Amino acid sequence: MSSVATETTKAPKTSKDWDMAAVAPFIALALLLVLGYFANPNFISVANLMNVITRSAFIAIIALGATYVISSGGLDLSVGSMVAFVASLMILFMNSGTIADPMFMLITAMLLAIALGAACGLFNGLITTIGRIEPFIATLGTMGIYRGLTTWLSQGGAITLRDRELQALYRPVYFGSIAGIPVPIIIIFVTAAIAAFVLYRTRYGRHVIAVGSNEDVARYSGISVNRVRTIAYVVQGLCVAVAVLLYVPRLGSTSATTGILWELQAITAVVVGGTALRGGVGRIWGTVCGAFILEIVGNIMLLSNFISEYLIGAIQGAIIIIAMLVQRSLMRK
Amino acid sequence: MRLCARDSGCPAMTAAEVSSSAPLMEAMGLSKTFGIVEVLKDINLTVRAGEVHAIIGENGAGKSTLMKILAGNLAPSRGEIRMDGEAVSFSGPVDAERRGIVLVHQEILLAPDLTVAQNIYLGRELKKGIGVDDRAMNEGAAKAIRDLGGDIDPNAIVSRLSIAQRQIVQIARVLLVPHRIVIFDEPTASLTPHETEALLKVIRDIRAKGVGVLYISHRLPEVKEIADRVTVLRDGRLVASHAASELEPADMARLMVGRDVAKLYPDRHAAEVRETVLEVEHLNVPGYAQDASFRLRKGEILGFAGLVGAGRTELMEGLVGLRPSRGTVRLNGQPVDFRQVHTSLKAGVAYLSEDRKGKGLLLTKDLRVNLTLASLGKFVGALQIDRKRESEALDQAIRDFDIRTGARDILAGQLSGGNQQKLLIAKMMMLDPQVVIIDEPTRGIDIGNKEQIYKFIARLADEGRSIIVVSSEMPELIGICDRILVMRSGRIVGEVTGEHMNENEIVQLATGVKTGEAA
Repeated sequence: MSSVATETTKAPKTSKDWDMAAVAPFIALALLLVLGYFANPNFISVANLMNVITRSAFIAIIALGATYVISSGGLDLSVGSMVAFVASLMILFMNSGTIADPMFMLITAMLLAIALGAACGLFNGLITTIGRIEPFIATLGTMGIYRGLTTWLSQGGAITLRDRELQALYRPVYFGSIAGIPVPIIIIFVTAAIAAFVLYRTRYGRHVIAVGSNEDVARYSGISVNRVRTIAYVVQGLCVAVAVLLYVPRLGSTSATTGILWELQAITAVVVGGTALRGGVGRIWGTVCGAFILEIVGNIMLLSNFISEYLIGAIQGAIIIIAMLVQRSLMRK
Repeated sequence: MRLCARDSGCPAMTAAEVSSSAPLMEAMGLSKTFGIVEVLKDINLTVRAGEVHAIIGENGAGKSTLMKILAGNLAPSRGEIRMDGEAVSFSGPVDAERRGIVLVHQEILLAPDLTVAQNIYLGRELKKGIGVDDRAMNEGAAKAIRDLGGDIDPNAIVSRLSIAQRQIVQIARVLLVPHRIVIFDEPTASLTPHETEALLKVIRDIRAKGVGVLYISHRLPEVKEIADRVTVLRDGRLVASHAASELEPADMARLMVGRDVAKLYPDRHAAEVRETVLEVEHLNVPGYAQDASFRLRKGEILGFAGLVGAGRTELMEGLVGLRPSRGTVRLNGQPVDFRQVHTSLKAGVAYLSEDRKGKGLLLTKDLRVNLTLASLGKFVGALQIDRKRESEALDQAIRDFDIRTGARDILAGQLSGGNQQKLLIAKMMMLDPQVVIIDEPTRGIDIGNKEQIYKFIARLADEGRSIIVVSSEMPELIGICDRILVMRSGRIVGEVTGEHMNENEIVQLATGVKTGEAA
């Protein structure tokens, strides 16, 4: 009974049922918006919503990468520390003053962050694939490494972008807007659109799903499982780098506590969005929706008076469990 | 009510007792519908003490559904089950077990990292104080396995056992429950003839104790051998129920498919001797196969026979780069180095795994994704996959390989075994391979689909491809192959061709009774 239905005549579980699982997070988001309106009518104002979505940018973008890792059957716990590590190095580089022209300096620093993110992801990927260590353990290890290196770089304190001119130049990347839409929101949607295209439309995306769905089948079909998995970690690293590019202009500073618990929020966003934690199913837009849900719940708690905002962690924890229960009941159909 | 645990040592019933015994269980008018699909209709069935009652039918005929209802895994939509004259309804498999109905699953359901004894007593450990009584469980397990004619250390870790040994453990575990009716769901699917014989003996012993046995199998000669009564299902209906003595395997086959299966195997005109395509010399797959050398000609169907564990699958996996191997492989005269599967696939050597569900298809993905998975490169445009071309390819494959599917968007796991195999063949043929290696092409597949798959294999050879068929079913090898190599303990021990192609010759080579010359 536990085995997959092998007879065509068995309970018809066609793709329509799976679609329901894909739509569920969006329904939840809509319900949340209604709830928010009743809690506080100001909630639904364009300004507030833009603000909330802007603040969800870090988690949303990191979670897009996590969608790749998780749907290929992996897991990355190091993303929070990786943000801190890459951001710290980026700021240190900008503080070093090796390049005089501020614009050129900024562009170089951004490229450096992207290269660092990719390198950190590659390192994770190689440990899990070539080193054949469980992703949970491997990235638990690198989580400690990246975090420890950050603490060492900052000597336990903060690393702050000192150059005023650079600050002013960089500021619009987070605080600016194009045609009335804040830049971070645009970046969320552009990144998600690219991620969706690659996952749903390209050969690599199909391979990610195949590897996560059944590694053996993928291997027997001539797919290089290690390569697919490693690239997924690199994608995760690149997404972390993009999040860093938004994070640095916001505060202009990092410390040993930067990005703490972000890995859990990212994984929550992915799971709430309908991606299966066991791999083989990836839902890019669901992930974006999941990240919004997390941020909106926090915002509603802040705007309403019935629940203390100190309970936000507990509520987010409850959300991931409820999301899993809903997912399971939808799949059973 | 008479419960008979193996340990309780209840006396064997005499023949007279058996024939006069009242029915243990009667199923009356059982029907089951899933949504609008009726998978079982109006089944009447009687299980008597001391009788082996075989249920046969093609895949999708409703056998598994019927068994699941009888074992309490599914509730019937209509109809009732009577035990000892009173109607019963099971709340679940545990409830059915309490009434003495136990099911030996087709798949091995054991915890691979636990020992034999721990598995046998899993969920019903013997207690000693607050701990478990390991000694008593080891003794109990050892006795249970001895009773089944096995010889397995109760302390052995299950993952180190052979499939046949695991099967014994699984049966021992099931028989520990006090039972009146034992249901066997295709127990011999992955067993060798020798192991099958041992299992049939176990079933006879169980029968002799007055237990009722329901026996599901595709292997008709075996059904003929073991069954007292044979019930045939077709398309969810009961089409016949006879004493086994009244039916020959050919009759059973006819009843199952509803027409004469006069010829299972396609005609093969004796292939003229053509050029060698694949040449394997001294191939070693460490731990599995040693010093294997053979040649494969264009348009030839070459069989690999041998007992399970003889290293046939591993040899083929080593050949195509799925396992580390050493040796020389030449394709069309050119030496090739298949370190990775994708190099061999690219070179035109395709391997179809015996493990269709585990290694062949993505069961939770749709047919289109499965079909193009190995050959995606052919469907990629500038950047993205051309889904329209993929759909066209699926249409073509469904026509070419007669894949019977209700809807186009169902998941591969929802196809019947036979149609899954057709989809797997279609998937690998998308690569247009020159050499096709098919491992156990018809395992768990019903006769109608078998016949078709043999035809496909013959057609591929007629198209000029060279085929290797690895199979444990000797009639199938003899039926479709031009030549058969026999393996034993990791070595190719002989070749049979022409009039020597018979089961006797192969068995003698495979078991080492006779030693031939390596090909």
